[in-house]
Amino acid sequence: MKRLLKGGHLVDPLQGIDGVRDVLLDGDRVAAVGQDLQAGQDVEVIAVPQGCVVCPGFVDMHVHLREPGQEHKETIATGTAAAAAGGFTAVACMPNTRPVNDSAAVTRAILERAGLVGAVRVYPIGAVSKGMKGESLAEIADLRAAGCVAVSDDGKPVSTALLMRRALEYAGMFGMPVIDHCEESTLAGEGVAHEGYIASMLGLRGIPATAESIVAERDIALAEMTGSAVHIAHLSTRLALRGVSAAKARGTTVTCEVTPHHFVLSDQRLTGPTSYDTNLKMNPPLREQTDVDAILQGLKTGTIDAIATDHAPHQADEKHVEFDRAPFGIIGLETAVSLTLDRLVHGGVITLRRMVQLLSVNPCRILNVPGGTLRPGYPADVTIIAPAAMVTVDVSKSRSLSRNSPFDGWALRGAVAATIVAGRTVFVNHEVPGAAALGPAVARA
Amino acid sequence: MNADTTRPTPAAPASPSDGSPIPANRLRGKDLVGIAELSVEEITLILDTALAMKEISSRPIKKVPALRGKTVVNLFFEASTRTRTSFEIAEKRLSADTLNIAASTSSVVKGETLADTVHNIEAMSPDLLVVRHSSSGSCHFLSRICRAGVINAGDGMHEHPTQALLDAFTIRERKGRLAGLKVAICGDLLHSRVLRSNLLLLTKMGADVWLCGPPTLIPAGFAQSGVHVTSSVDEAVEGADAVMMLRIQLERMLGGFFPSLREYFNVFGMTQDRVRRAKPDVLIMHPGPMNRGVEISSDVADGPYSVILDQVANGVAVRMAILYLLSGGAEHEAVA
Repeated sequence: MKRLLKGGHLVDPLQGIDGVRDVLLDGDRVAAVGQDLQAGQDVEVIAVPQGCVVCPGFVDMHVHLREPGQEHKETIATGTAAAAAGGFTAVACMPNTRPVNDSAAVTRAILERAGLVGAVRVYPIGAVSKGMKGESLAEIADLRAAGCVAVSDDGKPVSTALLMRRALEYAGMFGMPVIDHCEESTLAGEGVAHEGYIASMLGLRGIPATAESIVAERDIALAEMTGSAVHIAHLSTRLALRGVSAAKARGTTVTCEVTPHHFVLSDQRLTGPTSYDTNLKMNPPLREQTDVDAILQGLKTGTIDAIATDHAPHQADEKHVEFDRAPFGIIGLETAVSLTLDRLVHGGVITLRRMVQLLSVNPCRILNVPGGTLRPGYPADVTIIAPAAMVTVDVSKSRSLSRNSPFDGWALRGAVAATIVAGRTVFVNHEVPGAAALGPAVARA
Repeated sequence: MNADTTRPTPAAPASPSDGSPIPANRLRGKDLVGIAELSVEEITLILDTALAMKEISSRPIKKVPALRGKTVVNLFFEASTRTRTSFEIAEKRLSADTLNIAASTSSVVKGETLADTVHNIEAMSPDLLVVRHSSSGSCHFLSRICRAGVINAGDGMHEHPTQALLDAFTIRERKGRLAGLKVAICGDLLHSRVLRSNLLLLTKMGADVWLCGPPTLIPAGFAQSGVHVTSSVDEAVEGADAVMMLRIQLERMLGGFFPSLREYFNVFGMTQDRVRRAKPDVLIMHPGPMNRGVEISSDVADGPYSVILDQVANGVAVRMAILYLLSGGAEHEAVA
């Protein structure tokens, strides 16, 4: 089946395109890109709605799908449905499932399930260590053969410098990045919020910024020692960013991602009407405004490679408790693109071109997965956004099984119009005028 | 139960012996979760009301009917003797029906959530909940999900507002004011809810607050917040009008915050020598329970400047004032 996306504004940095182009999809591949492509026979012509922007599919390189083991929080079906609604054509899922994804059997189970019910592509991330216990390496070659694209003990840091060295050396053999949740455990202690004046006045135990930067610096040193690629997950502090910036200048193979909540919110929100809101509890915690400002600068200059959500679903009951007892994490798949458009693009921090790099080009490059461009021959994974459309976040309508978002009720400028995976439309936002032409959404399988 | 018949004074709290009327005013919210939420006017109202309440405790029959028919539940998820007793006496002197629930006897040990525990209690229509809990912010959480008023009797390391109010009452009683006084607060600043409430209250009321403790027990960000922070007891105490000592818990030593209790006392303990640097009429205060020979020497604790037992006595009056104001007492009288 051929589909011609007609008359849209295409932003494709890898092809150097930022202008009106038609995109011809043939089955699950891109067939042609050009101005005024002629529709031949058997071509479905789709008029891209006025004001919409066609982008290579967005990839969220950091999500928690919770399946297997915690299907009350999220499943592969609901998590990928949320991803589709959020404009993501693929997600990379972290291994802290139950059981941990530290074996080919678990990886295959996730991929099999994703093949049956997944609305978007799923790239499993395997564990660095067996059981994520931080002791000995998981069977990384096996994990890779089964389909893992990276390794991480996310939720926890890679426990020791020695294990991190071994992981970098071993995973480096396959060109797989090691993704680290940078947190020095003894400094972080039992912390539940960013260590600073706000947490001090609220009587909340603090996680100092240095707990992140000290491990980021360790990882950078080990990446230099081994020559392997390290990726810093959910970077949240100006201190760690300073380390990454200096390392990149030296040519170190380090990359990093930030979450929307870390570039939108600061720990100031923990006071006032939303004080002790457990939907503001995540790890790393919301940092100070100076950290937020540094992250905005890093997004602008390119020190930061990717935007990832750290989508972490938890049931309402689990969050309806005392702040220090609540689990860390918030959902983010369905708000990331709107927050990025509203705060970064309309906020004058980055261009649409840079946004596509952060959400598509770089995640694909870091994970070595196909995509990041709509060059002919590449996967027909397309995200169509409506930068000017207003949305009001309503978590009660979320596709996720969980509702733990601090952005409920927020009015944002910028929406996802449609998501196309392997040539099939998997999501259409009917609130965007003209978007009906992009649908109807069909099951991917 | 007929204590009030000896002196039928529903308006008694409003008519203290000196004849000055309680300001016809009330607290804005249904709860007292922290000093942070109180205005200067509300703090003043509570302190003025407590003055009237204190007189009641000096009567031969220490009871007025202000809270007759009101149910107050003292919900203590953390051990407490002083604060719970103080609240209970305050409630009884106002004729409230009171009920004490301690965590060890509650459903919490059976795995029930805090929200469920409190919803169950609320189903029995209490008017006020006095809550102590080990989690910071738990009273904010409860105030949002409860119809009844919530009084914070200490939440984790966050606030202990009634303690700060009774401390302020005690200072004001002796010094006639709070504004312009130098108040030193010494000890475990990091883990102290008493510190946070006092810092907020004294700052709002215009006092000059000095914090003193080992650097390992100074909360992050305090030094940059504009308040004086020092690790020199001498500097903190110099010319002070009041010195508040904070309790040092043995666990803190085990947690590695300082090497030994002996060394702590040598460096930070409040001794007669150090007190001499303060004003001649300095007030020595402690929220209790005290560790004699750790944060304070016995001769200071029992010495002429000590107002530690006054604090305990004033605690009842201040808590009566808060219970009275939050139960809508002033409002009822306004229409009576």
